[in-house]
Amino acid sequence: MIETTPQKRGVPLWVQIVIWVFLVGLLALVGVILGKRQQGTVQPGDAIPDFTLPLFSGYEYEGKSEVKLSDFEGKLVVLNFWASWCKPCEQEAAELEEAWKFYEPGGEVIFLGVDYVDTEPEARAYLKKFGITFFNGPDMGTKISQLFRIRGVPETYFIDQNGALYYVKIGPFLSVDEIKSIIDQKLQ
Amino acid sequence: MFAEFGYGVLLVSLIVAIYSGLAAVYGAMNKSAALVESARRAMLLTFPLISVAAAALIYLLINDHYEVAFVYEVTSRSMPTYLKVTAWWGGQAGSLVFWSWLLAVFTSAVTLRKWDRDIEFLPWVILVSAITLTFFLGMTVFFENPFTRFWLVNGNVEPSMFAPANATVFTPQDGQGLNPLLRHPGMVIHPPMLYLGFVSYVIPYAFAMAALITGRTDDRWIRITRRWSLWAWLFLSFGLVLGGRWAYDVLGWGGYWGWDPVEIAAFMPWLTGTAFLHSVMIQEKRGLLKQWNMILIILTYALVIFGTFLTRSGVLSSVHAFANSPIGPFFMGFVSLTFIVSVALVIWRWPQLQAETEMKSMLSREALFLLNNLLFMSILVVCFWGVIFPLISELFTGQKVTVGPPFYERATSPLFAALLFLMAVAPLSAWGHSTVQTLGKAIWKSAIAALAVTVALFFTYTQNIGALIGFFLIVLIVLVTFHEFWRGARARQKTQGENFFTALARLMGRNRRRYGGYIIHISMALMAIGILGIEIFQKQTQGTLAAGEKLEIAGYTVEYRELASWDNQGEGVNYTRAVVNVYEDGIYLGQLTPRIDYYYDSQQNMTIPGNRSTLRDDLYILLVDWQPVSSIGATFKIYVNPLVNWLWIGSLLFLVGVIFAAWPDNDPSEEHARRNITRDNRQPSAAD
Amino acid sequence: MNKRKLQITNYGVLAFALALLLAGLFAGSAFAQDNTPTDDEVNVIAKQLYCPVCENTPLDVCPTEACRQWRELIRSQLAEGMTEDQIKQYFVDNYGARVLAEPPRTGLNWLVYLLPPAIILLGAFFLFRSFREWTKPKVEATGVGGERGETSSLKKDDYVARLEEELKKRK
Repeated sequence: MIETTPQKRGVPLWVQIVIWVFLVGLLALVGVILGKRQQGTVQPGDAIPDFTLPLFSGYEYEGKSEVKLSDFEGKLVVLNFWASWCKPCEQEAAELEEAWKFYEPGGEVIFLGVDYVDTEPEARAYLKKFGITFFNGPDMGTKISQLFRIRGVPETYFIDQNGALYYVKIGPFLSVDEIKSIIDQKLQ
Repeated sequence: MFAEFGYGVLLVSLIVAIYSGLAAVYGAMNKSAALVESARRAMLLTFPLISVAAAALIYLLINDHYEVAFVYEVTSRSMPTYLKVTAWWGGQAGSLVFWSWLLAVFTSAVTLRKWDRDIEFLPWVILVSAITLTFFLGMTVFFENPFTRFWLVNGNVEPSMFAPANATVFTPQDGQGLNPLLRHPGMVIHPPMLYLGFVSYVIPYAFAMAALITGRTDDRWIRITRRWSLWAWLFLSFGLVLGGRWAYDVLGWGGYWGWDPVEIAAFMPWLTGTAFLHSVMIQEKRGLLKQWNMILIILTYALVIFGTFLTRSGVLSSVHAFANSPIGPFFMGFVSLTFIVSVALVIWRWPQLQAETEMKSMLSREALFLLNNLLFMSILVVCFWGVIFPLISELFTGQKVTVGPPFYERATSPLFAALLFLMAVAPLSAWGHSTVQTLGKAIWKSAIAALAVTVALFFTYTQNIGALIGFFLIVLIVLVTFHEFWRGARARQKTQGENFFTALARLMGRNRRRYGGYIIHISMALMAIGILGIEIFQKQTQGTLAAGEKLEIAGYTVEYRELASWDNQGEGVNYTRAVVNVYEDGIYLGQLTPRIDYYYDSQQNMTIPGNRSTLRDDLYILLVDWQPVSSIGATFKIYVNPLVNWLWIGSLLFLVGVIFAAWPDNDPSEEHARRNITRDNRQPSAAD
Repeated sequence: MNKRKLQITNYGVLAFALALLLAGLFAGSAFAQDNTPTDDEVNVIAKQLYCPVCENTPLDVCPTEACRQWRELIRSQLAEGMTEDQIKQYFVDNYGARVLAEPPRTGLNWLVYLLPPAIILLGAFFLFRSFREWTKPKVEATGVGGERGETSSLKKDDYVARLEEELKKRK
C-alpha cells in the first residue's frame, strides 16, 4: 500500500533453490541423526559387520594377538562391553568368567570382552582382580562401541553361529544362570 | 485425583488452543469478526486453564505424591518446599508445561492490547501463537505427560496415565530428588529467565508472520513489537548471564562459559535477537532492510525452537544423558513446519519488502548497523557450524569429533573485537550520512585518551597484544559513550538554558532507547573486561596438601588447615568442607571453605568453590579430592581469575540499561497516539 | 700424601664438572629429576583432552572416575618421558579423534575450519554489493565517490541541530 519503489523483484530462482536445498538438507541431516539416536543399540536381526579386536597382552587366540568376529564363524559369540571405572560391571564380572569356564571346554561358545574408554593399567588390574581368562581387548578408537551404538556399560550382545545378533542385555547380569539360559537357546 | 484432574485440564487447554487457531484462521478467511473475537477469547482462556493444570502439578510436587512419575523423578522428601516448587521446571515434562504456561501468559497479554488500528493482524497473531501453544501442549499431553502415574500390574511397576486392567497405584517411599546441580538459587531463576526470553520472542515472530500474511509489510509490526522484543532480549540476555553465574558457582570448573552445545543453543537466538534489535532501528528511521528484519525475526524464532529441539530431543546428548526421548520426531515435525512455512512466506512477500529509500554512505549509522549485523551473523555461522559439524562428521565418516572451546575462541574473538570497535564508532556516525572526516573529528580525542590508557597498561599490567587491543577498545567505548552523554547534555544546556543535570536527565528521558542503548554499550564494555580477564589472564594450579602445607599462585598463598565431613540428615546431604587460610604477600586475608556436597538421594556430588572476589581478581578454590585420614591431605585446584567481577557488574548495569530503554512510558495511550502521528508523518516523506 | 691429596682434588673437580654437566642436561626436563609429574603438568595436557564418557567437559575438570584414570595415565606417560604430542596421539589412537578439543585437520574435517570463513566472506561480499547498489544513484549524481561529494555539506553539519531534530522526530 505504501510501496513506491519502482522495481519489485522477487527472489531469483537460483537463490530460492539454494535456500530450499540448504533447508531441506539441514532438516534431513538432523532427522537422520535423530533417527540414529532414537534407534538405540543395534537390535536382534540387524546385520553385524566384521570388526577387529586387539587383545591385551597375555591373551591369545590361536597364537594371534588380535581377533576378528569372522574368526569365530560357526561359534556363538558373547560380546561384553565393560570398563574398569564401571561399578555395575564388577557385579557381573565373576559370573561372566564362571560362564566362560563352563562353555570353554565345549568349544562352541566364545566370550569376548571389549574394554570401553579405559586406561590399560586399570583395565589389567580389573582383569586380574576378577581372574578373567576369556579374550579381552581395548575398544581402539571406540570403533566397536560405535558399531553397536552402545548406550553405556555394561552391555552384552549375543551373536549366534550364523553371525546374527539374537539377544541384547543392557546392564549387568544377575546370575550365571541368566547368561546360560540365553546361550542355551541357541545350543543344541 | 489431582493427577487426572491436571491431565484433564491440560487436555482441555489443548483443545481450546486448537479451537482458537482454527477459529482465527477461519474468521480471517471469511471476514467474520465474531469468529476472530471468539478465537481471541479462547486464547485468553488458555491462561487460566494452564495455570490450573500447573497448580495441580505444583500441588503434587509439594505434597510428595511419588506415585506420579514426574514427582518421583525430580523431588524427594528431604527437599525444602521452595525447591519442590522449582522442580516444576527441573525435568522435561514439567518444563514443557512451564513453557506452555509462559506462552499462555504472553499471548493473553498480547491479545488484551488495543487492536483497533491493527485488527487485521489479530487473527494471524492468534494463529501463530495458537500453533506454538498447541505444539507445546501436545507434547505434554501425548509424549511427556507430567501426570503419568506408577501402576502395579502383576507385580511389575509400569508408568501410565490411566489405570491398566487389574492395576493398583504404586507409590514409592521417596523420590529420586532433583539433580543437585539444579538445587542452586541461580538455577531457580536461570531457566525461567531463559524460557521467558525464548517464549517472548514468539510474539514479535507472530506479528512478523501476520505482517507477511496480510501483506501489511510496513514497519507497523516492528513498532508494535518493539518493546516486546526488547523485553524478550532482556530476559534472554539475563538468562544467559545467570546461567554463567550458576556455572561459575556450581559446576566447579573455574569458568562461566564452556562453549558447550547446549549453551550455544541458547546463545544463537541471542545473536540474531541482538542483530534484530539493531537493524529494526534502520527500518524505523530509514525504511530500509524490511526483508532483512523479517529474516532475522524468523531466524530468532527458528533458533529458539531449533535450540530447544537439539537439547531436548537427545540429538546432542551423550551416551549417559537421557536417550530415546519420545518427543523427538514430533518436535522434528514442528521444526520443519515452522522453518518451511516461514521461509515460503518471506519468499512470497519478497517484492513487497523492498526498501523505501536508499543508503547514502558507507559510514552512515545505518551502514555501521549493517556491519554490526554482519558480525553477529558471522558469530552465528561459527556457532551453528560448530554445533552441527559433529553430527555431519558422525553421519558421513562415522567418526565422532569434538568441537570445543579453542575452535570457538579462535573464530569468534576477532569478531567480538570488531563488534567492540563498532560500539565505539557507531554512536558518532549520523543517520543517512557520515564521512571519514566527520567520524575522525568526533573520535580522535577519545582515541588518543584510550591509547594513553593502553600505553599505561602496557607498562604496568600486561604486554599481551590481544589484551591490549581489547582494553583499548573497551576504554574507547566508555570514553566515546560518556562523551556522547556529555555533548548531548551540554548542547541542551546551551539551547534550553537548563542546568547540566536537568539537561542530561531530560535528554535521556526524551530518547530513552538511544541512551538506554548507550548504557548497555558501557555495560558490554565492562563485561568485556571480565571476559578478557578470565580468557587471557586466568591462572591455575593444583596440588595435594597435608594440613599446614601451602600452595602458591599469583602472589597468593593458600594454606590447608583442616577438613571436616558430616551428614545433614534433614536435607539428605553429606558435606565435606575444607578450611584454608589465604595470604597475599605474607599478609593474612582470611579463610575460604571449598566443599563437596554429596546428595544421598541422587548419589551425586556437587563441588562448591571457596571464592574470594575482588574487583582485581577472584581467588577460586575447589576441593577436588580428599583422603579419609586428614593427615594425608586434600587435593585443591586453585584458579586466579583476574577481573572477572566486572562481568557481573557489567551485567547489573546491563539490566539497568535495558529496563531504562524498555520501561513503558508514563501514559501509554499518549505514547500510542504519539507513535501514530510520527508514523503518519513519516509515510509521505518515505514515499516521495 | 701430597700425591694423594692432589688426586682427591682432581676427583673433586671431575665430580663437580660432571654434576654441572648433568644439571645442564636436565635443566630443561623437570621430569627426569623428579619422577612424579605434578598435577599442573598433568592438567596442561588434560585441559586439551575430552573424555567420551563426559562429553564436552575438559578432562582437567571432569570429576568422573574414568577421567581420573585418564589423568593418572597422563601422569605415568609424562613420567616415562613422553612428550605432549605423543600423549595426545596415544589418546587419539586409543579412543578416537573426539578426545581432541578440535577435529584434526584432515579430510572432511577441513570443512569445520573452512566453511565459516567462506560463508562470512560471502556475506561480506553480498553486503558490500548491496551497499554499492544502494549508494549508486548518489555516485552517478556527484560523479566521483558519493562520500567525497557529501563532505562539503557535512562540514556544516551542526551537531546540536541534528540532535534536536532527532529528538523532535521522536516526540
